[in-house]
Amino acid sequence: MTSELSTHTLSVLVENKPGVLARVSSLVSRRGYNIESLAVGPTEYPTMSRITLAVTVDDQVLEQITKQLNKLIEVLKIVELEENAVRRELILVKVRSTAETRGQLIEIIGLFGGKVVDVTAEILTIEAVGKPEKLAAMLSLLEPYGVRELVQSGLVALGRGNRSMTDRAGRSERTKAVHAV
Amino acid sequence: MSEPQSTADQLTGAQSLVRSLEEVGADVVFGIPGGAILPAYDPLYDSAKVRHILVRHEQGAGHAAEGYAMVTGKVGVCMATSGPGATNLVTPIADAHMDSVPIVAITGQVAGPSIGTDAFQEADIRGITMPITKHSFLVTHPEDIPGAIASAFHIASTGRPGPVLVDITKDALQASSGFEWPRTLDLPGYRPVTKPHTKQVREAAKLISASRRPVLYVGGGVVKAGASKELKELAELTGIPVVTTLMALGVFPDSHPQNLGMPGMHGTVPAVGALQRSDLLITLGARFDDRVTGKLSSFAPGAKVIHADIDPAEISKNRTADVPIVGDCKEVIAELVTLLRSSDTHPEISEWAHYLQDLKKRYPTGFELPDDGSLSPQHVIQRIGEMTGPDAYYASGVGQHQMWSAHYLPWELPGRWLNSGGLGTMGYCVPAAMGAKVGKPDSVVWGIDGDGCFQMTNQELVTCALEGIPVKIAVINNQSLGMVRQWQTLFYGSRYSNTDLKTNRVPDFQKLAEAMGCVGLRAEDPNDVDAVIDKALSIDDAPVVVEFVVHKDAMVWPMVAAGTSNDEIKVARDMAPIWDGETL
Repeated sequence: MTSELSTHTLSVLVENKPGVLARVSSLVSRRGYNIESLAVGPTEYPTMSRITLAVTVDDQVLEQITKQLNKLIEVLKIVELEENAVRRELILVKVRSTAETRGQLIEIIGLFGGKVVDVTAEILTIEAVGKPEKLAAMLSLLEPYGVRELVQSGLVALGRGNRSMTDRAGRSERTKAVHAV
Repeated sequence: MSEPQSTADQLTGAQSLVRSLEEVGADVVFGIPGGAILPAYDPLYDSAKVRHILVRHEQGAGHAAEGYAMVTGKVGVCMATSGPGATNLVTPIADAHMDSVPIVAITGQVAGPSIGTDAFQEADIRGITMPITKHSFLVTHPEDIPGAIASAFHIASTGRPGPVLVDITKDALQASSGFEWPRTLDLPGYRPVTKPHTKQVREAAKLISASRRPVLYVGGGVVKAGASKELKELAELTGIPVVTTLMALGVFPDSHPQNLGMPGMHGTVPAVGALQRSDLLITLGARFDDRVTGKLSSFAPGAKVIHADIDPAEISKNRTADVPIVGDCKEVIAELVTLLRSSDTHPEISEWAHYLQDLKKRYPTGFELPDDGSLSPQHVIQRIGEMTGPDAYYASGVGQHQMWSAHYLPWELPGRWLNSGGLGTMGYCVPAAMGAKVGKPDSVVWGIDGDGCFQMTNQELVTCALEGIPVKIAVINNQSLGMVRQWQTLFYGSRYSNTDLKTNRVPDFQKLAEAMGCVGLRAEDPNDVDAVIDKALSIDDAPVVVEFVVHKDAMVWPMVAAGTSNDEIKVARDMAPIWDGETL
């Protein structure tokens, strides 16, 4: 166990019930855990939702976050995704553009696989999806042109390969997590 | 749980609630009616199985439910209306959360369509209590009531026990539905682990066998697990010394030679010394609370840690465990006993035991009688314990009298001690004693309270008088907020800012007791102490309040100042123990 900070992506499978998100976010805030991103949405089962948490913490805090979240009755399962997991964010951004710069902007956006979703004489509205580092790189190239408005989703992530997190979600993962301490 | 019951008859949500309480075996509810919960009180009026005790303040209902739960091992129940009724339950709910007491709080809520409109007596009690409950329910449909009640009682009483809130809207109580008692509970995310992992227990046994300076660090979890018999077996099999935390007093007899007493801020010298010098802490149902560890980085610096707890999140929370064991303490200890019994190596600890016995002999926890002829609070508490005996139940408030109760009452039996350990709730004593007496009507229940604490919740003595709950309350009156005053003496240059309660006949506790329908007694002279205790013990048909007017300047010793290392323990002001035998 190290006390060095590192970034972790946790997928938290929860029951799809009112108040679950409040429980999770209230727990994170009252115990003083620093989270970078929290995203929640439905899963392939209507009874379950999935929360993706990105945290930069040391190993001991990571263990506490996992254990404390597991104590919530409506949390079904927690998995820490591996480094190579598919991690994506969505960004929508309005950038100033003129007749001269429009071409340059479209080129930059193209490099990052983004799309222009709205255009006016002064503004390009751009949509891009990618891993956080990639979107950050795109943004740094757009900034000199003048970012007028920006909105970003939380991180969502999925492990690679055949397995699904919802497999055997009804069974006890808590015991495993605990004995692996 | 009894056989699943269902009926095609339409019941109101209120009737379903009362029926559910009957099904789940709740026989006592402490509460106060009001607008939103009112529908529930109508069928409750007719219930032959559920006794409702009308308290005078919702906080009293909550602590009474805790007291009831502590002595019966059942789930305590309290009930209140929406808004202020519910918010008055916040303190006892937080208290139960900190001390892992199984209670279910049932609150009325404004009608579903009014939620979120700032309606009269609306408060988002589920939101407010989210951080201090084990779980909570907001029920808006009558057909969901039986499932919520069944789940609430199950969650409250299993795993690490704790408080569960069930908030029910008024329209759900008024509407009708069929009644179906759930056959199974729909709690896919709740699977407390009680059976310890065999490999981990084996690892623990190995560490124990190899240790030279082991200590059994025993917490409230062992009381809740009902594992005092197993603990005694383990201790006597190995000869390992035992410390019992504030929450665990009585789970291992104080009179047992291996018991070193309570560790922590006001712990005994041998208990604190044993932990600090240990090479192995066998931690059972304890949680390395800051009041036990002092400055964490200097706590038990040479010790490896075995940590057994039913709550995995407690393990390695404050102190990293070398051998974590998740499970019920009764099973953990029983397995350890089995393994160690069949093992041929036992820890070689005679030198260690000898050192600690010597510490125990040299630093007994004691007190000096005041030389001005006034009452010694420690002496009063000690005499109450001696004259009443270890089979009684003792509740206390929070402060000096609590610590003196911990030191000087006879802790020989498990589960006899009720106090607010984690939250430190002043005002816990009277209502908790009331709840305990309801749970154990044939036992003597003493509340050892301070004059500050007593003035926070004494209104429940009216409840006791009217409902036939003859508790005995000793008010240790030092006319001040004694523990705060002690800190002012030690750390704030004796500047007694707002700790002087001037409780010198204002209120007149004897008259106050009588006004509330209790017997009021008073002792001011050391020679009267035994006589009033005797008198109090002779009355069993009415609540008794005994005021003991005691010396103001008595202090709780030993003491480890907040935020310092346990090595800095003082046995009296500016007096540190001498730790011989450092070469161990």
